[in-house]
Amino acid sequence: MNTQANVVTEARAESQAITSAVIPASRLLFWSVRRELWENRWIYLAPLAVAGLFLLGFLISLIHLTGRMRAAMVLDPMQQYDVIARPYDIAGGLMMITPMIVAAFYCLDALYGERRDRSILFWKSLPVSDVITVLAKASIPLVILPLIAFAIAVAMELIVLLVSSAVLLAGGASVGMLWTHLSLPQMLLLLLYHIVTVHTLGPAPLYAWLLLVSAWARRAPFLWAVLPPLAIGGLEKLVFNTTYFANVIANRLTGGGTEAVTPPDAFPTHPMTHLTPGIFLSSSGLWIGLAVTAVFLYGAIRVRRYQGPS
Amino acid sequence: MACIEARALRKAFGNSIALDGVNLRVEEGRILGIIGPNGAGKTTALNAMLGLIPYEGELRVLGRDPWNERDQLMRDVSFIADVAVLPRWMRVSEALDFLAGVHPRFDRAKAEGFLTKTSIGHHRKVKELSKGMVTQLHLALIMAIDARLLVLDEPTLGLDILFRKQFYDSLLNDYFDRSRTIVVTTHQVDEIQDVLTDVVFINRGRIVFQCSMEEFESRYSEITVNPEKLSAARSLKPIYERQGLGRSVLLFDRADRQQLAALGEVRKPSIADLFIAVMGDQAGQAQGAA
Repeated sequence: MNTQANVVTEARAESQAITSAVIPASRLLFWSVRRELWENRWIYLAPLAVAGLFLLGFLISLIHLTGRMRAAMVLDPMQQYDVIARPYDIAGGLMMITPMIVAAFYCLDALYGERRDRSILFWKSLPVSDVITVLAKASIPLVILPLIAFAIAVAMELIVLLVSSAVLLAGGASVGMLWTHLSLPQMLLLLLYHIVTVHTLGPAPLYAWLLLVSAWARRAPFLWAVLPPLAIGGLEKLVFNTTYFANVIANRLTGGGTEAVTPPDAFPTHPMTHLTPGIFLSSSGLWIGLAVTAVFLYGAIRVRRYQGPS
Repeated sequence: MACIEARALRKAFGNSIALDGVNLRVEEGRILGIIGPNGAGKTTALNAMLGLIPYEGELRVLGRDPWNERDQLMRDVSFIADVAVLPRWMRVSEALDFLAGVHPRFDRAKAEGFLTKTSIGHHRKVKELSKGMVTQLHLALIMAIDARLLVLDEPTLGLDILFRKQFYDSLLNDYFDRSRTIVVTTHQVDEIQDVLTDVVFINRGRIVFQCSMEEFESRYSEITVNPEKLSAARSLKPIYERQGLGRSVLLFDRADRQQLAALGEVRKPSIADLFIAVMGDQAGQAQGAA
């Protein structure tokens, strides 16, 4: 009897020693983000598919490359630039828009899907807090997708540059114009700046709103996400005959109204673009947007705490 | 320290009261069965213990407040909910990777050891597995966690009898070690009777009966009585009577076994019979009150 009691006591002491083992939040976050990428492989497959289609189109357009370059010789430098930069601008533009679409679909399902398939009960049986879970999900549109999009854009533009050069050299043409007009590192840095400012920090409150609706809606999260803003915009127009709310949303989507670059109407990776991060960082729009993002994410964390399977 | 301690635990969903003042104390090392009809509040009680829903009253699980400390509590508590809730898209290998990544007390080698006894390959996705295999997988994952409390809510629902038997066998042989606590709800009461150390009946959000299995076995006895001795047996005040194969079966609380033996064949009753007796009594009281 005594020996048995001792064994039990030892087992208890041992198990309490293990109890104190704690996994750091950074590791919980890492695995939670990884799990999102396992579940939603299209987060990187969709941009890759878009890049693949673009490269296919680009290869077909190579037939006319030599002719186009020759024709461009007689143009003035600004027009020359536009002709040469076109495939790079299309590649960059695709990697600005694709991640936004992917992010919207992802956010709308991120906290709704786990309730729909009841797997939330499994996730909640593990020592991962609602804060870590929601932050991991928010990091997909705010960190992971911009990085994926930028990395793919770098690969696309490098392939375009190398393949065009090879084709021109093989056809006996000069690559001088191609390489003197274009500074790939500069274009890519401008692209990264643009993705971070206009396509990530700008629409951040919209992504957070979708996450909140996804955490809260019992069904039809898309309708809950879209109809209330539409109703607010409609009411504003009806009562005050203004479109302030609609403009705010539209600016968040398109990057209008931000002071990230001057001039604002040129293509964001144009060499004449001046970065104005100081103005961007000191604009009230950015900080109001980030504050709204924080409020929505806090709401999503609170709501998930109360949610069981729907 | 008690593993679970609830005082005046109350939970209402709108107008319906799911838990109506539950008092419960479960010591460590016990295997408690919570038995009750559908909608009695079993799952609500478990959800409160697991920090899945807020509640009124006082509740401590392993010394923690479940609602405010769910993620810390889950280092020491495992649970399998009433339906297969493993994410359908997940591969077996991903489940192992993830648990090894986030759970400080998950032993991957142990889980892989349990899985080699099954026919579940590491590259299979949960959605490709049969219901029985998903439960096997979940059990393998849970048993590899060195938890102090395991909560099972209808863990074998929808499984055939072979899987159900296997489930409780592995739980007892490969997992339970007297320092852990297990709380289980099920409708297949008779299958777990020999597994339990304690039993609680719950009805309409209240605990209507609780005792340890030792107490259960010493207090209750059941006799099968021939018709000629029925009135003599009835005079000993059975708490429940039912008909079986043309003879009456009477259930007694704290009766003299020798006295009973003279009237018929004495047996150990099943929890299910006592459950029906207690619940029938409840229904009678409710009708009387109405």
